[in-house]
Amino acid sequence: MTTYDLSTTPLREVNTALHAEGLSGAHVITRPAGAHNVAVGVDAPVKITIEGHVGYYAAGMNQQAEITVHGNAGTGVAENMMSGTVHVTGSASQSAGATGRGGMLIVDGDAAARCGISMKGIDIVIGGSVGHMSAFMAQRGRLVIRGDAGEALGDSIYEARIYLRGTARSLGADCVEKEMREEHLEELAGLLKAAGHEDDDLTAYRRYGSARTLYHFTHDNEY
Amino acid sequence: MTLSAEERAQRGLRESATFDRTTIAAIQRAAETGIYDIRGWGAKRALPHFDDLLFLGASMSRYPLEGYRERCGTEVVLGARHAKYPVTIDIPVTVAGMSFGALGANAKEAIGRAVSAVGTSSTTGDGGMTPEERGHSKTLVYQYLPNRYGMDPDDLRRADAIEIVLGQGAKPGGGGMLLGQKVSERVAGMRDLPAGIDQRSASRHPDWTGPDDLTIKIAELREITDWEKPIYVKVGASRVYYDVKLAVHAGADVVVVDGMQGGTAATQEVFIEHVGIPTLAAVPQAVQALQELGVHKKPDGVQLIVSGGIRNGADVAKCLALGADAVAVGTAALIALGDNHPRHAAAYEALGSAAGCYDDFQDGQDPAGITTQDPELQAALDPVEGGRLLANYLRVLTMEAQTIARACGKAHVTHLEPEDMVAVSLEAAAMARVPLAGTSWIPGVTA
Repeated sequence: MTTYDLSTTPLREVNTALHAEGLSGAHVITRPAGAHNVAVGVDAPVKITIEGHVGYYAAGMNQQAEITVHGNAGTGVAENMMSGTVHVTGSASQSAGATGRGGMLIVDGDAAARCGISMKGIDIVIGGSVGHMSAFMAQRGRLVIRGDAGEALGDSIYEARIYLRGTARSLGADCVEKEMREEHLEELAGLLKAAGHEDDDLTAYRRYGSARTLYHFTHDNEY
Repeated sequence: MTLSAEERAQRGLRESATFDRTTIAAIQRAAETGIYDIRGWGAKRALPHFDDLLFLGASMSRYPLEGYRERCGTEVVLGARHAKYPVTIDIPVTVAGMSFGALGANAKEAIGRAVSAVGTSSTTGDGGMTPEERGHSKTLVYQYLPNRYGMDPDDLRRADAIEIVLGQGAKPGGGGMLLGQKVSERVAGMRDLPAGIDQRSASRHPDWTGPDDLTIKIAELREITDWEKPIYVKVGASRVYYDVKLAVHAGADVVVVDGMQGGTAATQEVFIEHVGIPTLAAVPQAVQALQELGVHKKPDGVQLIVSGGIRNGADVAKCLALGADAVAVGTAALIALGDNHPRHAAAYEALGSAAGCYDDFQDGQDPAGITTQDPELQAALDPVEGGRLLANYLRVLTMEAQTIARACGKAHVTHLEPEDMVAVSLEAAAMARVPLAGTSWIPGVTA
């Protein structure tokens, strides 16, 4: 196991080390003190543990790695993730999992506005609630919210699926509730299990997705 | 029977200057369809432009370089401020970002072949990097746009530079559009969207909103790529002075300023013609910002690339003289590939347009095979021949700029300076901040 103390080691050195060819094993980053861009651009099947709060874009563009943040994460945690998993034990700020194309983001606490914005295949499981405009223009992937959602959930959503246990303050343009069929219950069960919430009552969740009325320009759909 | 202009004049018929026939047709189109007009190309209205500037060739007080013998350098280094591997281009003309999706694969390949032949760079667009594009472009700039379609860290690492796009001259403040006709299975697959739907790109980045955030975003991209690549920031010309200052403060190595004549594949007509400022007005503002920050024309400074309506070597030379380090061409590159060529006249007319007027890049029915995803239409563009034509055009731009630079006594095209020029209109003098010809008067600067 390799340990990096961010209070004494420059971030650039830590990230460069995490980009080493053939990287393996477990890596621990201590005393991040809210630093931005911690463990970004990693492309290796390694375990990275961050002991403390991180700033913007932690684990950004992750590929393969299993990254755990023991604390809260700032804006854009796991943005554009391609694969692997990122687990935040606290809460996440805005744009968690933004534009992610694969892998799984788990946030045990809440996530702020724009969670899953423009997501493109990532799976996101939020233990608590999400802020406004979450899943805005969400293209692919699944967003599970165990709490409530703020205003305009799923605005201009494409083919991503949202599972919500609580209530949404409002749904965004073209986002509608959809039937929860057997395959969706199975999908939801798998996502919850992967995030450590296998005991949740699946029937308490509702599914939301695109009404697909904005897919072609007409005089009726210009917001 | 349609009356000729002369017949109308003989009958005393007078068209309204306010409601001319183009305006009347636009009102009728809006009434019939109930939706705004979407088209490609850039602003078509007359604007103060580089034509209103002239060079003061050398004579007694300055002496020129020999036109064919003395060296006049054209190479430019971009992004040496922070990047481990700055970009060196052999000529001061690059090809602007145009997406795979907006353009077909043959057009992207032709552009790649051309830039590699002349030693300059091409740029991806909103839609990701194709293997063909990477393969054919020796130097490729990877755009990082609000929608992040096809955004892949492996492509970031494969790129020679990264361009964060905040806007473009045709539509500062607006997002892109790609109508369903052009969203083929391949295009849709690269963008993680269903095929055949109208794609609206966001106008803001999803994970940052202001200059302070941009600072962190630039740092992230540097960290991901181990500080190897220059980071460009592209803005559509509007509040250029402030935007350039903020971009430099945020850490940009290169700033790209795109004036309102800059093209687009698809945007609302009202946006193209009424938002943004002319390229001529944008360049001095950008240069002032760089000068005040002490990063203009310095080896470890910030370089300026200007685009929007660059057509010939004189435009290139005028841009450089105003303080740009390089220019980018988009619309002109497409024209060099065959866009709006008279040989397609019949096909354009069948589409309700005409050679010289065709701007429906959004429809995907381009007879020249450039702005289309239809394999049959794309066959009209041979990428090898297209690459040859565009390379020729880029060479001509460079030779023309060198011709002017030598005439002004400059051993490198980037040595041209505002002092080498005068303006022939008050507007151009005020915007470009050079004297009105025959006077020492710069409106707004000198008394």
